[in-house]
Amino acid sequence: MSTVGIKGYAYCLNHAPELGYHYGNTPYVEREAKGETEFLKELPSHMQSYEDARDYAPNQAYIGGLTIGDLEKAPQPWYVNRLAGSDRYGSYGEIMPEDEFLGLLDICDVFDIIWLEKGFAASVRGKLAGSPVMNDHLLARLEAGHTADEIAEETEHRKAIPLYFGGHVVGCARNGHEVDDCLFAYVLLENLACKAGGVLALLHLLKNTGLAPEEVDFIVECSEEAAGDMNQRGGGNFAKAVAEIAGCVNASGCDVRSFCAGPVNAMITAAGQVASGARKNCVVLAGGAIPKLYMNGRDHVKKQMPALEDCLGNFAVLLVPDDRTNPVMRLDVLGKHSVGAGSSPQAVTTALILDPLERAGLGFMDVDKYAAELHINEITLPAGAGDVPLANIKMTAALAVTKKAIEKADMMAFVKERGLPGFAHTQGHIPSGVPYVGHACDALRAGSMKRAMIIGKGSLFLARLTNLADGASFLLEPPSAGKATVSALSKEDVKNLLLEVLSELSEKLS
Amino acid sequence: MDLQNQQRILDAVEKYGPENVVVILGSSDAEGAEIYAETVSNGDPTYAGPLAGVQSGLPVYHIFEQDIRDECDAAAWEEQISMMEMVLEPDALAEAVSGIRAQFSKYTL
Repeated sequence: MSTVGIKGYAYCLNHAPELGYHYGNTPYVEREAKGETEFLKELPSHMQSYEDARDYAPNQAYIGGLTIGDLEKAPQPWYVNRLAGSDRYGSYGEIMPEDEFLGLLDICDVFDIIWLEKGFAASVRGKLAGSPVMNDHLLARLEAGHTADEIAEETEHRKAIPLYFGGHVVGCARNGHEVDDCLFAYVLLENLACKAGGVLALLHLLKNTGLAPEEVDFIVECSEEAAGDMNQRGGGNFAKAVAEIAGCVNASGCDVRSFCAGPVNAMITAAGQVASGARKNCVVLAGGAIPKLYMNGRDHVKKQMPALEDCLGNFAVLLVPDDRTNPVMRLDVLGKHSVGAGSSPQAVTTALILDPLERAGLGFMDVDKYAAELHINEITLPAGAGDVPLANIKMTAALAVTKKAIEKADMMAFVKERGLPGFAHTQGHIPSGVPYVGHACDALRAGSMKRAMIIGKGSLFLARLTNLADGASFLLEPPSAGKATVSALSKEDVKNLLLEVLSELSEKLS
Repeated sequence: MDLQNQQRILDAVEKYGPENVVVILGSSDAEGAEIYAETVSNGDPTYAGPLAGVQSGLPVYHIFEQDIRDECDAAAWEEQISMMEMVLEPDALAEAVSGIRAQFSKYTL
């Protein structure tokens, strides 16, 4: 059996309400098309403060500040029952305030795209200096800044777009090209925010694992952004750009795309390289998506609730050769949504869940938790999109019923026991299974779980290239130390076994 | 409802005539199903898409309605749809869409 160890993980959120209000796709398109509509006038009164976002239970679960069990116990609506005493930092990462994130954008900018106002730059420098993942090298990248007049000149006459904090312009993202729309300020800001999120996750991963930046061998990035110019609009490479800022001088990298199925495909791509010995280790990471901020904001305003989609999500996972001390990803029984598998939920669930289980000689009950599409239900339900993780586990349970693995009467017990509450922001690739890798590995290490399945699903049809969807899945299992394996047998063991068999054979012959 | 899908429906209505087009929804949420059903039969209620103001009267059904099930191959139904009957609430979805059909559809199967 081919396995790869999961040595560590990091999960962070970047609270970004003002980036969302101005550049989230829903508000941005509305403003461009219709001007300051009622929705846009009302949205600010529904936006959450940093403290609100920090104390929102799913956000704490995402950064490892709350266990999944505690999230399940926390009464919903979580936006009414905020947590008390929650912290900016969890065991996996942090929820970074927006002003510091704008500073991080500047740190990650190597093309002078981001200009910050001098006073604002000085203020965030002080705050970032207190971060446990920042260092002098990174802080030195934060520029002294520009005057407000210089920034106004850029936004008014050179197609830069303003950056806001506290309702004031505190900087701008500058335009990259006069006619190339792949390099317009909006696109550059979107890509830079994705890069910065990836950097933050990587910095936390290095801290969490104790790995030095120079020890990182390869990075696979799996967001849904496209970096390029008009001649190659999706040229890439976010991975290498992230590695550069984090000081991973011995690493290279590449990007993997498949909409929301990207992260699971990236995990498989990276794990294959580690298992084959091609790489000493691989980091799989992604930053978040500005356009998805306040994507369902119109419905949240209509339902008179907080506009919850105010955080960019990001994550990083470190894959290493299986030394039997880390939880492992199995590569022998991957789930694959093949071209001919069909697109009905039944066909997809069969391809991603039942097929790999059957190939592994396992049943539905051999997996403790199924993690697919972990969207926060309080975001999707008001928008008419249902409780996505609940729908997923119900589909798994229903398939188990059709395959006579469980009784129909036990369906909801299966759902309750083996499903998960959603705790990831609606950032496309972010909810798709991988946020659970951290919690699952904690449970596998602790011995409280024997197996989890991570499932990614992607809506490829959105790009108008194909009507197909995509999907992939893999199993996570506990560290194999203590288990008898073929590789653990010594030559002496084999010799003794052979002698024993030969002796039995000769007795029979005689 | 997705603007491109609204355009596809409009194109089909213009090409084949409303009496020759049936819309079958697969929505998982009753509230969403009602909005889709209204959009295709009485026009886009948000006035955002190509079907704004288009009262085509198209017949609209949910896949879980008995009339549609009767039209389907039983084996294909078992293979493609049966699992979702356990996951979703077929009666509520069927009721939501048939209610809108009774109000706005001028044609039937």
